[in-house]
Amino acid sequence: MKILVCMKQVPQKDAPLKLNDAGTWIRDDVSYEVNEPDAFALEEALRQKEKHKGEVVVVTAGPARAMQVLREALAKGADRAIHLEGDAFVGLDAYNTARAIAAAIKDEKFDLIFTGLQSDDYGYAQTGVILAEILGLPHATIIMQIEKRIDQNDGGIRVKRELEAGFFQFVDMPLPAVLTIQSGINKLRYATLIGIKQAKTKPMRKVTMAEVQSAVGGNLQKIEKLHVPQKSKNTEFLEGPPAEVAKKLVEKLKNELRVI
Amino acid sequence: MDTILVVVEQREGKLNRVSWETIAAGQAIAAHTGWTLEAAVVGSGAAAIAGEVAAKKVAKVYDVESARLEPYTPDAFAHALREFLGKHPAKLVLMPHTYQVRDFVPKLATALQTTAITDAIGYKYEGGKLLFTRQMFQGKFVADVSFAGSGPYFVTFQNGSFRADKVEAGAATAPIETVNVDIPDGVMRNKPQEVFKEAKQAVDLTQAEIIVSVGRGIKEQKNIELAKQLADALGGELAASRPICDNGWLPMDRQIGSSGQTVAPKLYLALGISGAIQHIVGMKGARSVVAINKDSEAPIFEIADYAVVGNLFDIVPPLIEEIKKAKG
Repeated sequence: MKILVCMKQVPQKDAPLKLNDAGTWIRDDVSYEVNEPDAFALEEALRQKEKHKGEVVVVTAGPARAMQVLREALAKGADRAIHLEGDAFVGLDAYNTARAIAAAIKDEKFDLIFTGLQSDDYGYAQTGVILAEILGLPHATIIMQIEKRIDQNDGGIRVKRELEAGFFQFVDMPLPAVLTIQSGINKLRYATLIGIKQAKTKPMRKVTMAEVQSAVGGNLQKIEKLHVPQKSKNTEFLEGPPAEVAKKLVEKLKNELRVI
Repeated sequence: MDTILVVVEQREGKLNRVSWETIAAGQAIAAHTGWTLEAAVVGSGAAAIAGEVAAKKVAKVYDVESARLEPYTPDAFAHALREFLGKHPAKLVLMPHTYQVRDFVPKLATALQTTAITDAIGYKYEGGKLLFTRQMFQGKFVADVSFAGSGPYFVTFQNGSFRADKVEAGAATAPIETVNVDIPDGVMRNKPQEVFKEAKQAVDLTQAEIIVSVGRGIKEQKNIELAKQLADALGGELAASRPICDNGWLPMDRQIGSSGQTVAPKLYLALGISGAIQHIVGMKGARSVVAINKDSEAPIFEIADYAVVGNLFDIVPPLIEEIKKAKG
């Protein structure tokens, strides 16, 4: 199985974020990490390769710093990487990101393409499904399990989709296909020292905006303004040393909320 | 005059209640813009649902029918709506942000060479321009997003963004038009099996009056015990955000959020929970929220009645003692 994993670098979960002066984006002097669902997508690809042999390729679109995500993936066992590199890839909408990735992989034939189910920054949950449509492939979203359908011998797969409120569904589908992977589908591995060493010698293909420009158009949606959310509640902050805060809180639980 | 189309969600012949919120959104935007509001039901044998929707204040209801729309597949739904929108153009298409909608809307929008603003929580109409607001960076910021291009513009609304009880009834029943769509062989590539539940849910958190919920801030599995002691002191149930259950520190049936249970207790006490959107949708119906988190910018504080910025490991032990004292 030849598997492509689309990965994204996002601000670290607990990093304090500040708006830029224009209020259109965050200031980029923050720490970054791999988008969490993408880490699970990579892990799943590595496990599928271990079962069925093949190749795992990782791709990201972003500035030079985003290469860190690919490095880590190579250290964990991915075979090679594709980096759509440059600031021109920052701020693309999901449609154009997918079109750029599709253009960058046009000479390759993957059996499976994985993305995380959504990103921790935008949270659009769209790029994977859009990529499937551009490539003319079937897709399934929020996947919790992937098995080759050996009983049918038709080369297809059976995937387990997560639905709302604790419901699930198995879906049979042909390959090639695009799947968006849910966090928690597996247990993440750590990179080994030898893996980190080997990563340095693995192929990393760089793709510039110029190479995919003809596939990319103007954004179809635009973030006009970012702002700090308006509070819907009058939050009362309880302050002081822990023992005092505990006393204050119990007083509120008893007299205001009446739950004690 | 432009048209707003609300696509109502149905499963096995039952209207998904969250669709009323989307109708309310459509009515609000229609009142603002002066555009015409229409609705569509997509399925097989969905006439009864079309009738339900036709009682509301909408200009028209379409019943988009094909035997191949049941059970749901993204291929069939995208195909049907694409064909429908070809015959009945709309400027703005609204849907609830359900797992089903997010499975096919990006495909449909892409096939029409347009785009979807997903998981929106509201809208603004300023100087003849529609902006949709949506949370970003896990709820730390809200963005105003505009559309470019000629549309149709797709928008999906997060659960709870509009009030279902605000839906206006119509003065008269709206006309219903049945539109049969042709879905040729080979369109549907996926074969869905029956929908099922993993196991009988052992805990029904929806009935709990007090819930103590833990997130990533609990750090290690062994620290869950501390939260358990707090829940016991309060006489409440223990719950968690998704990462805790993914790690296996608590069973999946104690998960609160879009993929877990939706709760509305008297008290929701959040320990080390940042308040990502997917979690908030599962607990924002709580009558009161107390949040303890070391990050003063954690989005959970936006919806908290009482907030404590600090290390939960410092605060929870004396809190348990004080609760025990107060209860005598």
